Amino acid sequence: MLSAIGKSIAALALACAIIAAVVLALGASPVGVFAALWEGAFGSWYAAADTIVKATPLIFTGLAVSVAFSGSLWNIGADGQLIAGAIAAGAIGPYLGGWPRPAAIILTLCAGAIGGAIWGGICGWLRARRDTNEVISTIMMNFVAAQVLSWVVHGPLIEASGAYPQSMAIAPSARMYMPLEPTRLNPAIVLAIVLAAGCYLLLFHSRAGFELRAMGRNRRAAAFYAIPIARLTIAALALSGALAGIGGAVQVSAITHRLYEKFSPGWGFEAIAVALVARLNPFGIIAAAIFFGALDNGSQAMQRTQGVSPVLVQVIQGLVIMILLAFDTPAWTRIRGGLFARSRDSAPPIEPGAQADA
Amino acid sequence: MLDAFLNSAIAMATPILLAALGELIVEQSGVINIGIEGAMLCGAFFALVGAYFTGSTIAGIAAGIAAGVAINAILAFLVVNLSVSQVVAGTALDILAAGITGVLYRRLFGITGMAFMVKPMARLAFGPLTRIPILGAVVFHHNAFVYLAFATVPVIGFVLWRTRYGLTLRAAGERPEAADALGLGVYRLRWHALLASGVLTGLAGAYLTLAYANTFVENISGGRGFVALAVVILGRWNPWGIAAASVLFGAAMALQFGLQALGTAVPYQLFLALPYALTLVVLAGFGGQAASPSALGEPYRRP
Repeated sequence: MLSAIGKSIAALALACAIIAAVVLALGASPVGVFAALWEGAFGSWYAAADTIVKATPLIFTGLAVSVAFSGSLWNIGADGQLIAGAIAAGAIGPYLGGWPRPAAIILTLCAGAIGGAIWGGICGWLRARRDTNEVISTIMMNFVAAQVLSWVVHGPLIEASGAYPQSMAIAPSARMYMPLEPTRLNPAIVLAIVLAAGCYLLLFHSRAGFELRAMGRNRRAAAFYAIPIARLTIAALALSGALAGIGGAVQVSAITHRLYEKFSPGWGFEAIAVALVARLNPFGIIAAAIFFGALDNGSQAMQRTQGVSPVLVQVIQGLVIMILLAFDTPAWTRIRGGLFARSRDSAPPIEPGAQADA
Repeated sequence: MLDAFLNSAIAMATPILLAALGELIVEQSGVINIGIEGAMLCGAFFALVGAYFTGSTIAGIAAGIAAGVAINAILAFLVVNLSVSQVVAGTALDILAAGITGVLYRRLFGITGMAFMVKPMARLAFGPLTRIPILGAVVFHHNAFVYLAFATVPVIGFVLWRTRYGLTLRAAGERPEAADALGLGVYRLRWHALLASGVLTGLAGAYLTLAYANTFVENISGGRGFVALAVVILGRWNPWGIAAASVLFGAAMALQFGLQALGTAVPYQLFLALPYALTLVVLAGFGGQAASPSALGEPYRRP
């Protein structure tokens, strides 16, 4: 476990070192950039609260990715599933005016979960029953979700004035409690942590979780041990989609209160970095999501004061994923084993040999 | 109206076709390249930078190709030599490419997005042929990229299916262990495939900035790399099928602009979603992966 955490921290440190070199090459000051990132992310109570707010959707999508990846189901479609959840929440939200607030909020989130579960479940069904590669199907479903979103905000759900392509605002009763105004910190983070704990119990302390991880290690062997591969595949991708969908619904209920095009800035893709840094561990995902949320939040300040584009954060994400992949490869372990004459790590890495399409 | 639509469909199909042919080569060698979107984006950016600062379209195209090859070389090192998960490595490259091009773009041209244009590439001159109804607009009214893309289709078909080298490349995608046992060098073949695909993907990117938009905006590839993945499936891993599928996607994109211009009530988004849905239906309907290379997506480790 320690070595797994060590690897993640080493990968982040290495990525930051590369970024420092890149920033130098761009003619800016690395110290200034990192100081601005820190200031923007944690420089005040308000900034720190907003870091948590920015991390919240990443926890949901990170959990979604980690559940699927644990079964070697390469769900690249958390973005589409989040959008499907947001659409469901944004569609039902305006009509919940007559409901008591807790019920309206729960209904909105449930709509999100169902929307996401359908979006992920379709890909699960295609994989289980039609032997369709889930990598391709989840990517295709991302595009379909983006187009459906564009359609509903231009058409069926467009606000009454019709001035902008955005949906009607959800009813006040469906809006998340905001107990700590003026910060936007809200109970959604508590829900995210509870769901992380739930995912941890499911993955590591339940029969279904054990079966899912066994399937992830070797799908064919798992089938021989009478693990219900098909049912598990559908259930895992539906659950994965539901988690991402709740993330979308939370965003609608707490932050945006309505839908618009380009709703997600790529939370579903960033989630892959989050999940890998966390070694697919649900509690690790909370920490990793806060790290990436802090980068997102701090990058605005970085742009203001240092003139460096906030998309620098994406460079860090890409580098971290690649460095972690390289750290985990058996080839690398062999080289390192030769250099330092160490035995293999106690914590099993994310199986790099897991077959994308076995 | 029909002329303009068909002409635009071919223009839209071209970058998708180039990228999809590149993807076909890597997939035939057994690698699935999700990073194609990133390679295309880098190709687009560096092609424009090259053309803008040298004033030469040829230099721009060379820079775009070099960028595509460089991105694919990173991927090749990760997925071939280190045999990491192809899907995750490719996704990482997509994210990285969006970051690199975004940072460099704002560094070079400022956040104001000041004019960063190159002059459009000239159409090839076909004289009176251009004036033939419909056919003139569809066939004889494009720049050199378009003809290059469609001319590549039979070339790739010939190399992959009619030459010894193509056969060995496909062997690496069908039975890597057997290919290695025969001394064909799976690592080497997959490197070749990824580098060759980098050339085509870089060209696809260069087309977007030099021949289509004449400028760069962040994320200009706009998912076309992922579309190429779908096109390879829709085309059943066959170059001619891929050409047809590319034109289908190109037509769907062109239709969007046509419908928007007409101001009809038809929701154009549904037309845009249609090709993706169709890909899913085809994938599901043909009973899975029957036409795909057997070892597609499986990391190969030399014993």
